[in-house]
Amino acid sequence: MDLDELYQEVILDHYKRPRGVGLREPYEGESHQVNPTCGDEITLRVHVEGDTVADVSYENAGCSISKASASVLYELVKGASVEDALKRLGEFTELMNSKGREEGDEETLEDAVAFSGVSKYPMRVKCALLGWMAFKDALVRAEAAIPTSGGGSEQ
Amino acid sequence: MEAASKLDVESIRADFPILQRKIGDKPLAYLDSAATSQKPVQVTDAMRRFTDHSNANISRSVHTLASEATEAYEGARAKVANFIGAISHDEVVFTKNSTESINLVAYAFQNASVQNGTVERGADPRFRLGPGDEVVVTEMEHHANLVPWQQLCLRTGATLRWIGITDTGRLDLAHLDEVVNERTKVVSFVHVANLLGTVNPTSQIVARAKEVGALVGLDSSQAVPHIPVDVTELGVDFIVFTGHKMLGPTGIGVLWAKAELLDAMPPFLTGGSMIETVTMERTTFAKAPAKFEAGTPPVAEAVGLAAAVDYLSSLGMDNVRAHEKELAAYMLERLETVDGLTVIGPRVPIGRASTVSFELDGVHPHDVGQVLDSEGIAVRVGHHCAKPTCVRFGVTATTRASAYVYTTTEEIDRLVSALEQVRKVFA
Repeated sequence: MDLDELYQEVILDHYKRPRGVGLREPYEGESHQVNPTCGDEITLRVHVEGDTVADVSYENAGCSISKASASVLYELVKGASVEDALKRLGEFTELMNSKGREEGDEETLEDAVAFSGVSKYPMRVKCALLGWMAFKDALVRAEAAIPTSGGGSEQ
Repeated sequence: MEAASKLDVESIRADFPILQRKIGDKPLAYLDSAATSQKPVQVTDAMRRFTDHSNANISRSVHTLASEATEAYEGARAKVANFIGAISHDEVVFTKNSTESINLVAYAFQNASVQNGTVERGADPRFRLGPGDEVVVTEMEHHANLVPWQQLCLRTGATLRWIGITDTGRLDLAHLDEVVNERTKVVSFVHVANLLGTVNPTSQIVARAKEVGALVGLDSSQAVPHIPVDVTELGVDFIVFTGHKMLGPTGIGVLWAKAELLDAMPPFLTGGSMIETVTMERTTFAKAPAKFEAGTPPVAEAVGLAAAVDYLSSLGMDNVRAHEKELAAYMLERLETVDGLTVIGPRVPIGRASTVSFELDGVHPHDVGQVLDSEGIAVRVGHHCAKPTCVRFGVTATTRASAYVYTTTEEIDRLVSALEQVRKVFA
C-alpha cells in the first residue's frame, strides 16, 4: 500500500486548512448527506446568482478524504457557472469511479486531481464523493427554488 | 501472574493459514476478531469433508447420504447445546446469525400480538404486547439487539425503555428497579458489548426481570466465543450468538431458549420442514427446534460450527478467557501510552473483553484504519453498528482493536507503533 499516493500533500493541506468551511446565508438549496457505513456527515448549502454558483458553504464531520474533498469542491465550483460546476462534478465522479486508471484533467479539476489515488481504494471512494453528492442535491434544490427565466417550472 | 495464559498461541496460529498472509510486504496482524474471527483448518476441513463425502438434504430421505447429513446436523446441535450448558439439545435453534435469532424472538411477540383474529394457535399471553407494555434494552446494544425491539414496539404500541451507560462504560443500574418494572414484558440486553468491550454483570438484571415476571434474554454474540457461558447458570430465558465470531463459518447462528418457551412461541419463518401437517386451509407446526427452522438449513455450516466448538473446547474456555484477559490488560496499558489516545469504554481490565475502542485526537478512524492497513494491521473503524453508544460518548466513530485466541502481544506492539505513525502523517 502506497500511503503517500492516497494521502497526497494537497489532500492533507485541504484537510488541515479547509477552505470555505462554515454555513452561510443566503442560500437557496441545502443538502444533508450521511455515509451510513462510517457515520460521516455533511450539511452543504448552495447560493446561486443568475447562472453562477455564488457560494458553497458547508459543515462536516468525517475523515481526511471527505473533508479535503469538500474543501476542494468549494474552490472548484465557487464562482463557476452552474454549467461548469456540473461539468466538474461529472469529471470528478468519473475520476473517482476510475479505479486508478485515470489521472484527471488538471486544467479543469485543479487540486481535485490529487484524489486520483483515492479511486484505487474502493472503501474510500464514498468518502471522497460525499460532499459532491451533497452539492449535486443542493444545486437541484436551489434550482427548484429559484424561478428560472425559462419560466413556467415553478410549482 | 495469576491468570497466566495456558494457550500455546504459536501452535494455535499454525492452524490458521490466513495468519501467514502478507498485506503488501507486511505480515498480517488481524485485530478485528470482534467483527469476524478467522477459521482454523479443522473447521474448513470438516466442512469440506462433509461436502465432498456426505452432502445431502436432511430429514427427508432414507438414503445413506441423507442419513449421514441428518446425523451431522443433529450432532452439531448436540455439540452446541453441550457447549453452552443447555439441558436439552432441542433447545438449540439454528438460524442465519444473531440478528435473525433476535428477530425470531421479537417476531414471536409480534405474531402473538396480531389483533385481527388470526392469533396463532396457543399464543401465550407472555408474548402479547400492546400499549402500556414495556420492552427493555440497554444503551450499549449492537443495532441487532435494538432495532428489532424498537420496531416491535412501534408496531404494537408498546414502549421501549433502556438502561443507560456510566461515563466509565458500565451499565448504569442505579435506576434498574424503575426501568424494569411491572409493565416490563421482556428484557433483552448485551452480554459483552461490541464497541465498549464491557462484560456486563447479568445476575442483578436477571433477578429484577424475574421479580417482575418479565422474560429475559442476552445477546451473547461477543460472549460465547470468548468466555465460558452456561445458560443454566445464567438463569436467562434465551440467548443468541453467531458462528462466525467463534471460529466457525458465516451463515449460521444460534438461538437457545428454554424448551417450555420455544413451545409457547409462535413461529417466525414458515414453510417447509417446520410443519406437522398441512392442508390447503391450515397448518399445524412441528415441535421446536424444527418449528423455527423453515427451509433447508445451513448443514455444512452446522458441521463447521461443531468443529469450531470442538476446537474451542479442546483449548478450554477458561484458558481462552485467561489469555484474553491478559491481552486486554496489555492492550489497555500499551494504548494508553499513545499521545492523544482516549479509550472509549472501561479503562481497567476488569469485567472487560479484549476488544478496545479508542479515539485518536484529531484523526478520523477511517484515516487511522487506512494507515494501519498499510502496516498490515486490520482493525475495525466506524460506528460498529452501535450508533447510540457513539452518541453517548460524543463520537461519530471509533477505531476498535479486538483480540482472540491467536492474538499475540507482538501484534499489539505493532498496533501501538503504527499509531505513532498515524500521528506523524496527520500531525
